[in-house]
This record gives sequence, structure tokens and C-alpha cells, in this order.
Amino acid sequence: MNAADGGKDVAQTSHGIGGLTYDAKKRTWPAEFNVFLALVILVGAFELIGRVFLGDSFLFNTRDNVDAIFNQQRLEIIILQVSIVGIIAIGVTQVIITGGIDLSSGSVVGATAMIAMSFAQVATVNGNPNPKAMFVGWTDLPVIVPVLVAIGCGLLAGLVNGALIAYTRIPPFIATLGMMVTARGIAKWWSKGQPISFPTESFAGIGKGLMPVVIFISLAILFQLILTYTKYGKHCYAIGSNEDAARMSGIKIANHKILVYVIASILASLAAVVLCSKNLTAQSGMGVMYELDAIAMAVIGGVSLSGGRGSIIGTVIGSLIFGVIISGFTFLRLDAYYQEMVKGVIIVGAVVLDQWRQRRRAIGA
Amino acid sequence: MSDIILKTENLTKRYGGVHALEGANFELRKGEHVAIMGDNGAGKSTFVRQITGVEQRTDGKVWFDGKEVNFAGPIEAREAGIETVFQNLALADDLDVPSNLFLGREKVLFNLGPFSILDRKYMRKATEAALVRTAVKIPNLSSTIRHMSGGQRQCVAIARTATFASKLIIMDEPTAALGVQETAQVENIIRTLKANGEPLILISHNMRQVFDLVDRIVVFRRGKIVANLRKQDTDGNDIVAYITGSKTGEAELAAA
Repeated sequence: MNAADGGKDVAQTSHGIGGLTYDAKKRTWPAEFNVFLALVILVGAFELIGRVFLGDSFLFNTRDNVDAIFNQQRLEIIILQVSIVGIIAIGVTQVIITGGIDLSSGSVVGATAMIAMSFAQVATVNGNPNPKAMFVGWTDLPVIVPVLVAIGCGLLAGLVNGALIAYTRIPPFIATLGMMVTARGIAKWWSKGQPISFPTESFAGIGKGLMPVVIFISLAILFQLILTYTKYGKHCYAIGSNEDAARMSGIKIANHKILVYVIASILASLAAVVLCSKNLTAQSGMGVMYELDAIAMAVIGGVSLSGGRGSIIGTVIGSLIFGVIISGFTFLRLDAYYQEMVKGVIIVGAVVLDQWRQRRRAIGA
Repeated sequence: MSDIILKTENLTKRYGGVHALEGANFELRKGEHVAIMGDNGAGKSTFVRQITGVEQRTDGKVWFDGKEVNFAGPIEAREAGIETVFQNLALADDLDVPSNLFLGREKVLFNLGPFSILDRKYMRKATEAALVRTAVKIPNLSSTIRHMSGGQRQCVAIARTATFASKLIIMDEPTAALGVQETAQVENIIRTLKANGEPLILISHNMRQVFDLVDRIVVFRRGKIVANLRKQDTDGNDIVAYITGSKTGEAELAAA
């Protein structure tokens, strides 16, 4: 092709733009597919071990009096036990895609649980005034009040995190570490270490039964759509991928970062609402280590710690891997200690795999 | 003045005591391709940074598209119609081609602030059109920049300038890091731009490339413009003489 053609003969062909042969082999399948494969293999392994050593099925129904193909109860537990941390992981995923990290989410859960629960208490317990009431005049409030209070807590924590990171330019690790310690302090200070109990019936309804799963999956779908189809999502990937390029392209980096951390903290505070509603009580130690579990779910789900890559779908599958491990170990009647050890190995393994995949891609293999 | 797209008068930039650019008078007509040459540190990039608002000039005036302009930053310059292909490619590796082309100025379907819904179909179509217009060859639009060769990346960066009805394109050594074939591809794109009548400032060290592509050559030496020659009035040796300073060029400039 030369100058005289002026590009007029260049058109989209079935092979791609400009007529270069499109190499189908170079097409990489989505990272989520690998994670899903890992999940399937893991479930298969538990199924096999169960059949061979216990004579029981991990996945399928083995009771004659129940008419079902799968072991419904186990499936519910697998997802239920990761739903609350999963809600946090949705926010953490967005933070990591943007190239940051949020260590404060577990403590934000603790502080928010305490504060929100104070506004969700009943006036009387068994005919007597609520012995645990934080604000005696502020009982039996509609459920929207504690939820809004929780969102307010998340908003505040996120604004502080985001503003620190965007304007003082300290590393996100440090800024959110500070918030982690501070928020935990607030959680303890709020009721001087006392648990806060006796929520209203409507508040208790939020975390009842499979509600945490419904909330987790709805939020996951919502944010996956936002990441894929909105400007916000595109800018998350752009900033995590090449912050200088994003700045030169006119993206307002500071505003975006604040928004990302606000969303992450609000999701953590929603997780807190679900958690203390489910447990019918709030304690200052709630949510300890949740931030690391959430980060681990994201990383296992293929979210790159160096930013720019990952998805909510991946994180959801990552959280299911978590759930399967916990349930699987219980199923095999192994001590909970082993769970932690294996979890650690899987987290490191996931990152090693990710690095290896990146290197392989970089050399064009 | 009507067919002059860019004009600078006495453009000067000092970094403390260092005179990086001294009284540069420069004109570019519509549809014209001009090369800027000179040794390292001669003031080429400094000159471009003043025009594009990356830095603020110490003195002098700039007219762009018939108006006197004072760009506060590169984004303002871009909005006015000056597209720059930077030496360090301003691309996001993990995004696909349309996303990179529209980075920071996405076309939206519904405006919901930061959560505005993207018009992905439009952006894809516009990307295809821009690639056709610049004759850029990209095997797969949906693959991320990470998976592309240096030449393809450079082509995407150049195609970006053509996507948005730009009035002036500036390229800062666009082929410096490319192989022979990739260089040829970028040069083809530049020829296509010429055929489309889009004005261009090309910073290059490559003598063959410059004589192949542009209408006029401007030589910088020690922060000053020492030569402003039409391609047919000069040759490689002449240009080298100006670059190295064995020819001063004051007589010619005074005559012109």
C-alpha cells in the first residue's frame, strides 16, 4: 500500500481492520475462565475424596427422603458464608483495579456495625426497657435510619481514605492502614467495648436466611455492569493501567480515586449492616481480617494487584473458591486450622500464576 | 493569515538562566507538513511543549487557527484541536483500541455523571473509521494494547489524533523506537494524513524520513531557529551543516 492509495483500499475485512490476517490463536480467553476452571477442579477434588474416603458426596444429594439432585444445604452454606466478605470484595476489586489497595474495610465493618446498630435497637425486651440501649430516646426507629447511618459511616471513611490518597499522595497502603487502626479504635470506643444487641425486627430481616446471598449477588451484578458499561468503569481500568496516560487524557484522577474509595467503604458498611443484622448483635471485634479475605478473594479471582485487570465476576468466583474450601474441609471433617493454611497457599499460588501468565504474555508466547 | 494554522512570534522559554528557546518565529499553513530538526537539546521539544501548553512560555505570542491562544495545559490545547503523539506513548495497556482512542473523552449514551453509560457501538464505529482514514492496520480491535507490537501501539496513538477532527498534529519522534517495517507503516500513515490535507509538525532525527515526508524543514540550534527551508531548496548535507552549526543561516533567514 502506498501514498497514492490514501488508505481508500483499507477497509474492514473479515480478518480485521486493514486486512491483516487475524490470528485466532492469539486470542486469549478471559482470565475468569481459568478461575472458574479452578473452582470446578476444586469441587471435583472434594467430590472424589468424599466418594473414595467417606463414601459420601460433596455436591450431590445422598438423602433418600429429600427429592433433589444437589445437596441444597451445602450449596447454600458455601455461598452464604462468603456473602458478607464478598460484598466487601466487590469494592476492594474496584480499588485494586485502579491500582490501589484498601486495608480499612474490616475495621470499617466493625465501626459501622457498632454505630448503625445503635440506631436499630428496640425499646423494650420482654416487656422491660432494652438493657443494651445506646440512645434511650432513639429506639424502634424505621429500618432506613440505621441503613442511612451506615452508608454515612462508609461515605465518611471513604472520603478520608480517598482524599488522603488523592491529595497527599501517600501510598494507599499507608492511608488505609491508618483508617484500619482508627476505625477499629472507634468501634471499641463507641460502646466502651460492650456489644450492642436487640435490633428491631425489620432490621433483623436484612440478614435473615439467604438475604445476604441475594444482596451480595445483586450488588455484584450491579457493579459488574457499572465496570463494563460506564465511564467510571473504563477510567478505573485506565488509571490502574497507566496513570500518567490517564492524566494526560484529561481524566480527573483525584476525583476518580476518591469515588473509588467511597464506593469501597460504602460497600464495607453495607456488609456491616448485613453482618450485625444476621448476628442480631454488633461487637467491636466484628470484621477483623475481613479486608485480607476480601483482597484474597479478588486476587484468587484474577484481579491483578498491579492494577488494570480483573472483574467482579472473577471476584465472585474467587469468593466461591473460598466457600468451597471452607465447606470442603468441614465435609472432610478436617480441623479449621488446615483451612487457614490451605487458604494461604492458594492466595500465593494465585498471584504466582497471575505473574507467570503476564510474563508469558509479555514475551508473546 | 487565513490559511495559517499556527504562528508563533518571539516564542521564548528560559529555565532559570538556561535559554532553552530564544525568539522562535514559526508559521505553519493548512495542509502543510513541516519537520523540526536539530541536535539533542537544540530546543525542538521545548518548542513543542510551549505550543501544546505542557509548559508555560517565558515570552512571545502564539496564534492558532486565527486566534491568539494561551493554553493552560495540554488538555486545553487538545480541546482547541492540537493533537500530540508523545514520545512516551500515552496509552493504557489494559484497554482495547476504541477505549484508548476515546480515553478521557468517551462518547456517552446517557449522562449520569461519572456513571454515564458508554456508547460502545459508536466508539467502535468511529475507531474503525479513524483506522481506515489513517490506513492503520490493527488485527483485532478488541485486543488490549498490551498484546500489540511497538509499531501497532504507535499506530493507535497516531490514529487517536485522527479520530477527533484535529486541526494540527504534532509527532515527537514517532518512529524512534520502531523497526524497519513498523517505521514504514507509520510513514504511510503520515502520507495518508498529507493526502487528507491535515497539517503536521514532525520532530525527527531521520534525514531520509524527513526528505520523504515533509514540505519544509526547520532547524533548531541552541534554542534558535537557524534555518527554514523548502525541501526542494536544500539537501541532506546542507541540513547537517545547519544542525552542527558550520552554517549559521542568518543571511538566509534575513532574506526570507
